[in-house]
Amino acid sequence: AVSAGSGLAGTQGTAPRSSRPSWQRPQPAGRDVTADHKLLSRRLLTKTNRMPRWAERFFPANVAHSVYILEDSIVDPKNRTMTTFTWNINHARLMVVEERCVYRVNPENSNWTEVKREAWVSSSLFGVSRAVQEFGLARFKSNVTKSTKGFEYVLAKMQGEAPSKTLVETAKEATEKAKETALAATEKAKDLASKAATKKKQYV
Amino acid sequence: MNSVGEACTELKREYDQCFNRWFAEKFLKGESGGDPCGQLFKRYQLCVQKAIKEKDIPIEGLEFMGASKAKTENSS
Repeated sequence: AVSAGSGLAGTQGTAPRSSRPSWQRPQPAGRDVTADHKLLSRRLLTKTNRMPRWAERFFPANVAHSVYILEDSIVDPKNRTMTTFTWNINHARLMVVEERCVYRVNPENSNWTEVKREAWVSSSLFGVSRAVQEFGLARFKSNVTKSTKGFEYVLAKMQGEAPSKTLVETAKEATEKAKETALAATEKAKDLASKAATKKKQYV
Repeated sequence: MNSVGEACTELKREYDQCFNRWFAEKFLKGESGGDPCGQLFKRYQLCVQKAIKEKDIPIEGLEFMGASKAKTENSS
Protein backbone atom coordinates (compact mmCIF):
# COMPACT_ATOMS: atom_id res chain seq x y z
CA ALA A 1 0.00 0.00 0.00
CA VAL A 2 1.08 3.57 -0.52
CA SER A 3 0.70 6.02 2.32
CA ALA A 4 0.74 9.74 2.92
CA GLY A 5 1.27 11.79 6.00
CA SER A 6 0.71 15.50 6.29
CA GLY A 7 0.67 17.90 9.16
CA LEU A 8 -0.66 21.39 9.40
CA ALA A 9 -1.02 23.93 12.10
CA GLY A 10 -2.87 27.17 12.43
CA THR A 11 -6.37 28.45 12.66
CA GLN A 12 -5.94 31.50 10.44
CA GLY A 13 -7.79 31.86 7.21
CA THR A 14 -11.17 31.04 5.89
CA ALA A 15 -12.77 29.19 3.04
CA PRO A 16 -15.99 29.54 1.12
CA ARG A 17 -18.89 27.28 2.00
CA SER A 18 -18.70 25.76 -1.46
CA SER A 19 -15.42 24.03 -0.64
CA ARG A 20 -17.20 21.57 1.61
CA PRO A 21 -16.57 18.03 0.42
CA SER A 22 -19.46 16.27 -1.25
CA TRP A 23 -20.24 13.97 1.66
CA GLN A 24 -23.86 13.15 2.17
CA ARG A 25 -26.11 11.77 4.82
CA PRO A 26 -24.06 11.21 7.95
CA GLN A 27 -25.68 8.67 10.22
CA PRO A 28 -24.71 7.71 13.71
CA ALA A 29 -24.46 3.96 13.76
CA GLY A 30 -23.44 4.20 17.41
CA ARG A 31 -22.55 6.67 20.13
CA ASP A 32 -21.20 6.29 23.63
CA VAL A 33 -19.55 8.24 26.44
CA THR A 34 -16.79 6.38 28.28
CA ALA A 35 -16.07 6.46 32.04
CA ASP A 36 -13.15 8.84 31.42
CA HIS A 37 -15.45 11.26 29.58
CA LYS A 38 -14.61 10.55 25.95
CA LEU A 39 -17.29 10.64 23.28
CA LEU A 40 -17.13 7.72 20.87
CA SER A 41 -19.15 7.95 17.66
CA ARG A 42 -19.60 5.94 14.53
CA ARG A 43 -21.23 7.56 11.54
CA LEU A 44 -22.17 6.18 8.17
CA LEU A 45 -21.74 8.42 5.15
CA THR A 46 -22.83 7.93 1.57
CA LYS A 47 -20.90 9.31 -1.34
CA THR A 48 -22.59 9.32 -4.70
CA ASN A 49 -19.69 10.35 -6.95
CA ARG A 50 -19.45 8.14 -10.01
CA MET A 51 -16.48 5.89 -10.47
CA PRO A 52 -13.63 7.10 -12.71
CA ARG A 53 -14.23 6.01 -16.31
CA TRP A 54 -11.14 3.82 -16.47
CA ALA A 55 -12.35 1.88 -13.43
CA GLU A 56 -15.77 1.15 -14.92
CA ARG A 57 -14.35 -1.50 -17.22
CA PHE A 58 -13.24 -3.53 -14.20
CA PHE A 59 -16.46 -3.11 -12.25
CA PRO A 60 -19.27 -2.65 -14.75
CA ALA A 61 -21.78 -4.01 -12.22
CA ASN A 62 -20.66 -1.53 -9.56
CA VAL A 63 -20.92 1.63 -11.59
CA ALA A 64 -24.24 2.76 -10.16
CA HIS A 65 -23.43 1.85 -6.57
CA SER A 66 -22.88 4.46 -3.90
CA VAL A 67 -19.75 4.36 -1.79
CA TYR A 68 -20.41 3.75 1.89
CA ILE A 69 -17.98 5.22 4.36
CA LEU A 70 -17.63 4.76 8.10
CA GLU A 71 -16.24 7.50 10.29
CA ASP A 72 -15.26 6.52 13.84
CA SER A 73 -14.26 9.29 16.18
CA ILE A 74 -13.11 9.93 19.72
CA VAL A 75 -13.58 13.37 21.24
CA ASP A 76 -11.53 13.78 24.41
CA PRO A 77 -12.30 17.17 25.98
CA LYS A 78 -10.06 16.53 29.00
CA ASN A 79 -6.94 16.13 26.86
CA ARG A 80 -8.36 18.47 24.20
CA THR A 81 -7.92 16.01 21.34
CA MET A 82 -10.11 14.56 18.63
CA THR A 83 -9.19 11.49 16.62
CA THR A 84 -11.02 10.21 13.56
CA PHE A 85 -10.63 7.04 11.52
CA THR A 86 -12.48 6.96 8.20
CA TRP A 87 -12.61 4.31 5.51
CA ASN A 88 -14.80 2.98 2.71
CA ILE A 89 -16.62 -0.27 3.42
CA ASN A 90 -17.68 -1.26 -0.08
CA HIS A 91 -15.89 -1.30 -3.46
CA ALA A 92 -13.07 -2.65 -1.28
CA ARG A 93 -11.49 -4.85 -3.96
CA LEU A 94 -11.06 -1.87 -6.26
CA MET A 95 -9.66 0.42 -3.58
CA VAL A 96 -9.67 1.00 0.16
CA VAL A 97 -8.71 4.41 1.48
CA GLU A 98 -8.22 4.69 5.22
CA GLU A 99 -7.57 7.99 6.91
CA ARG A 100 -6.62 8.78 10.48
CA CYS A 101 -6.60 12.33 11.81
CA VAL A 102 -5.46 13.49 15.22
CA TYR A 103 -6.45 17.03 16.17
CA ARG A 104 -4.77 18.60 19.18
CA VAL A 105 -3.58 21.86 20.67
CA ASN A 106 -0.23 22.95 19.23
CA PRO A 107 2.29 22.59 22.08
CA GLU A 108 4.08 25.83 21.20
CA ASN A 109 1.04 28.02 20.65
CA SER A 110 -2.17 27.09 22.40
CA ASN A 111 -4.16 29.29 20.00
CA TRP A 112 -3.32 26.90 17.20
CA THR A 113 -4.94 23.63 16.32
CA GLU A 114 -2.66 20.98 14.93
CA VAL A 115 -3.73 18.11 12.70
CA LYS A 116 -1.79 14.96 11.97
CA ARG A 117 -3.36 13.34 8.93
CA GLU A 118 -2.35 9.88 7.73
CA ALA A 119 -3.81 7.88 4.88
CA TRP A 120 -3.42 4.38 3.53
CA VAL A 121 -4.48 3.53 0.00
CA SER A 122 -4.63 -0.09 -1.07
CA SER A 123 -5.99 -2.07 -3.97
CA SER A 124 -6.12 -5.77 -4.65
CA LEU A 125 -7.04 -5.34 -8.28
CA PHE A 126 -4.85 -7.80 -10.14
CA GLY A 127 -2.35 -6.23 -12.50
CA VAL A 128 -3.19 -2.61 -11.88
CA SER A 129 -3.14 -2.32 -8.08
CA ARG A 130 -0.09 -0.05 -8.16
CA ALA A 131 -1.71 2.34 -10.64
CA VAL A 132 -4.95 2.35 -8.70
CA GLN A 133 -3.05 3.13 -5.50
CA GLU A 134 -1.18 6.00 -7.18
CA PHE A 135 -4.46 7.36 -8.47
CA GLY A 136 -6.06 7.05 -5.04
CA LEU A 137 -3.17 8.79 -3.35
CA ALA A 138 -3.17 11.69 -5.81
CA ARG A 139 -6.93 12.05 -5.48
CA PHE A 140 -6.60 11.97 -1.71
CA LYS A 141 -4.01 14.74 -1.74
CA SER A 142 -6.21 16.92 -3.90
CA ASN A 143 -9.21 16.35 -1.65
CA VAL A 144 -7.20 17.14 1.47
CA THR A 145 -6.80 20.75 0.38
CA LYS A 146 -10.57 21.00 0.18
CA SER A 147 -11.16 19.50 3.61
CA THR A 148 -8.43 21.70 5.08
CA LYS A 149 -10.14 24.78 3.73
CA GLY A 150 -13.44 23.66 5.21
CA PHE A 151 -11.78 23.01 8.55
CA GLU A 152 -10.08 26.42 8.59
CA TYR A 153 -13.34 28.08 7.66
CA VAL A 154 -15.10 26.56 10.65
CA LEU A 155 -12.26 27.43 13.03
CA ALA A 156 -12.05 31.01 11.76
CA LYS A 157 -15.80 31.38 12.13
CA MET A 158 -15.69 30.06 15.70
CA GLN A 159 -12.95 32.50 16.59
CA GLY A 160 -14.66 35.39 14.85
CA GLU A 161 -11.78 36.07 12.50
CA ALA A 162 -11.97 38.06 9.29
CA PRO A 163 -11.21 36.14 6.10
CA SER A 164 -7.54 36.21 5.27
CA LYS A 165 -7.06 36.88 1.57
CA THR A 166 -3.53 35.51 1.40
CA LEU A 167 -4.54 32.18 2.88
CA VAL A 168 -7.46 31.76 0.54
CA GLU A 169 -5.13 32.37 -2.39
CA THR A 170 -2.55 29.97 -1.05
CA ALA A 171 -5.23 27.32 -0.67
CA LYS A 172 -6.36 27.96 -4.26
CA GLU A 173 -2.86 27.49 -5.56
CA ALA A 174 -2.47 24.27 -3.62
CA THR A 175 -5.75 22.99 -5.04
CA GLU A 176 -4.60 23.70 -8.58
CA LYS A 177 -1.34 21.87 -7.99
CA ALA A 178 -3.08 18.89 -6.49
CA LYS A 179 -5.51 18.80 -9.42
CA GLU A 180 -2.59 18.59 -11.81
CA THR A 181 -1.11 15.71 -9.84
CA ALA A 182 -4.43 13.89 -9.82
CA LEU A 183 -4.80 14.44 -13.55
CA ALA A 184 -1.35 13.04 -14.23
CA ALA A 185 -2.13 9.99 -12.11
CA THR A 186 -5.43 9.48 -13.94
CA GLU A 187 -3.60 9.48 -17.24
CA LYS A 188 -1.11 6.99 -15.88
CA ALA A 189 -3.88 4.76 -14.58
CA LYS A 190 -5.71 4.94 -17.90
CA ASP A 191 -2.59 4.00 -19.73
CA LEU A 192 -1.88 1.06 -17.43
CA ALA A 193 -5.50 -0.06 -17.54
CA SER A 194 -5.53 -0.13 -21.33
CA LYS A 195 -2.21 -1.97 -21.34
CA ALA A 196 -3.62 -4.52 -18.93
CA ALA A 197 -6.69 -4.95 -21.14
CA THR A 198 -4.52 -5.51 -24.21
CA LYS A 199 -2.48 -8.09 -22.37
CA LYS A 200 -5.60 -9.93 -21.33
CA LYS A 201 -6.78 -10.09 -24.93
CA GLN A 202 -3.50 -11.49 -26.08
CA TYR A 203 -3.74 -14.35 -23.63
CA VAL A 204 -7.31 -15.27 -24.44
CA MET B 1 -28.52 16.59 5.37
CA ASN B 2 -30.84 13.69 4.71
CA SER B 3 -30.71 10.30 6.32
CA VAL B 4 -29.64 7.11 4.57
CA GLY B 5 -33.22 5.96 5.01
CA GLU B 6 -35.60 8.60 3.65
CA ALA B 7 -38.02 7.78 6.45
CA CYS B 8 -35.39 8.59 9.09
CA THR B 9 -34.68 12.17 8.05
CA GLU B 10 -37.10 13.76 10.49
CA LEU B 11 -35.85 11.56 13.36
CA LYS B 12 -32.31 12.53 12.43
CA ARG B 13 -33.14 16.23 12.52
CA GLU B 14 -34.69 15.93 15.98
CA TYR B 15 -31.78 13.91 17.30
CA ASP B 16 -29.10 16.18 15.77
CA GLN B 17 -30.70 19.20 17.38
CA CYS B 18 -30.71 17.52 20.77
CA PHE B 19 -27.19 16.17 20.39
CA ASN B 20 -25.61 19.44 19.25
CA ARG B 21 -27.08 21.23 22.23
CA TRP B 22 -25.92 18.56 24.69
CA PHE B 23 -22.47 18.41 23.06
CA ALA B 24 -21.81 22.16 23.25
CA GLU B 25 -23.52 22.96 26.52
CA LYS B 26 -22.81 19.87 28.61
CA PHE B 27 -20.26 17.44 27.23
CA LEU B 28 -17.56 19.94 26.21
CA LYS B 29 -17.90 21.67 29.58
CA GLY B 30 -17.09 18.42 31.32
CA GLU B 31 -20.56 17.74 32.66
CA SER B 32 -21.36 14.09 32.86
CA GLY B 33 -24.42 12.17 33.90
CA GLY B 34 -27.76 12.18 32.18
CA ASP B 35 -28.48 11.23 28.62
CA PRO B 36 -31.12 13.70 27.46
CA CYS B 37 -31.03 12.50 23.84
CA GLY B 38 -31.07 8.76 24.56
CA GLN B 39 -34.68 8.19 23.59
CA LEU B 40 -34.40 10.21 20.40
CA PHE B 41 -31.22 8.37 19.51
CA LYS B 42 -32.79 4.94 20.00
CA ARG B 43 -35.71 5.75 17.75
CA TYR B 44 -33.43 7.21 15.12
CA GLN B 45 -30.96 4.30 15.33
CA LEU B 46 -33.70 1.69 14.88
CA CYS B 47 -34.86 3.48 11.75
CA VAL B 48 -31.31 3.69 10.38
CA GLN B 49 -30.58 0.04 11.16
CA LYS B 50 -33.63 -0.95 9.16
CA ALA B 51 -32.43 1.12 6.19
CA ILE B 52 -28.93 -0.38 6.47
CA LYS B 53 -30.43 -3.85 6.31
CA GLU B 54 -32.66 -3.01 3.36
CA LYS B 55 -29.78 -1.50 1.40
CA ASP B 56 -27.46 -4.32 2.36
CA ILE B 57 -24.73 -1.99 3.64
CA PRO B 58 -21.88 -4.12 5.04
CA ILE B 59 -21.29 -2.57 8.46
CA GLU B 60 -21.30 -5.81 10.46
CA GLY B 61 -18.26 -6.78 12.53
CA LEU B 62 -16.11 -3.75 11.74
CA GLU B 63 -13.89 -2.87 14.66
CA PHE B 64 -13.96 0.59 16.20
CA MET B 65 -11.20 2.90 14.87
CA GLY B 66 -9.97 0.04 12.67
CA ALA B 67 -8.48 -1.39 15.88
CA SER B 68 -7.64 -4.71 14.26
CA LYS B 69 -5.16 -3.02 11.97
CA ALA B 70 -1.63 -2.51 13.21
CA LYS B 71 -0.66 0.70 11.49
CA THR B 72 2.98 1.39 10.83
CA GLU B 73 4.57 4.65 9.76
CA ASN B 74 5.64 3.29 6.40
CA SER B 75 3.38 0.56 5.15
CA SER B 76 4.52 0.55 1.53
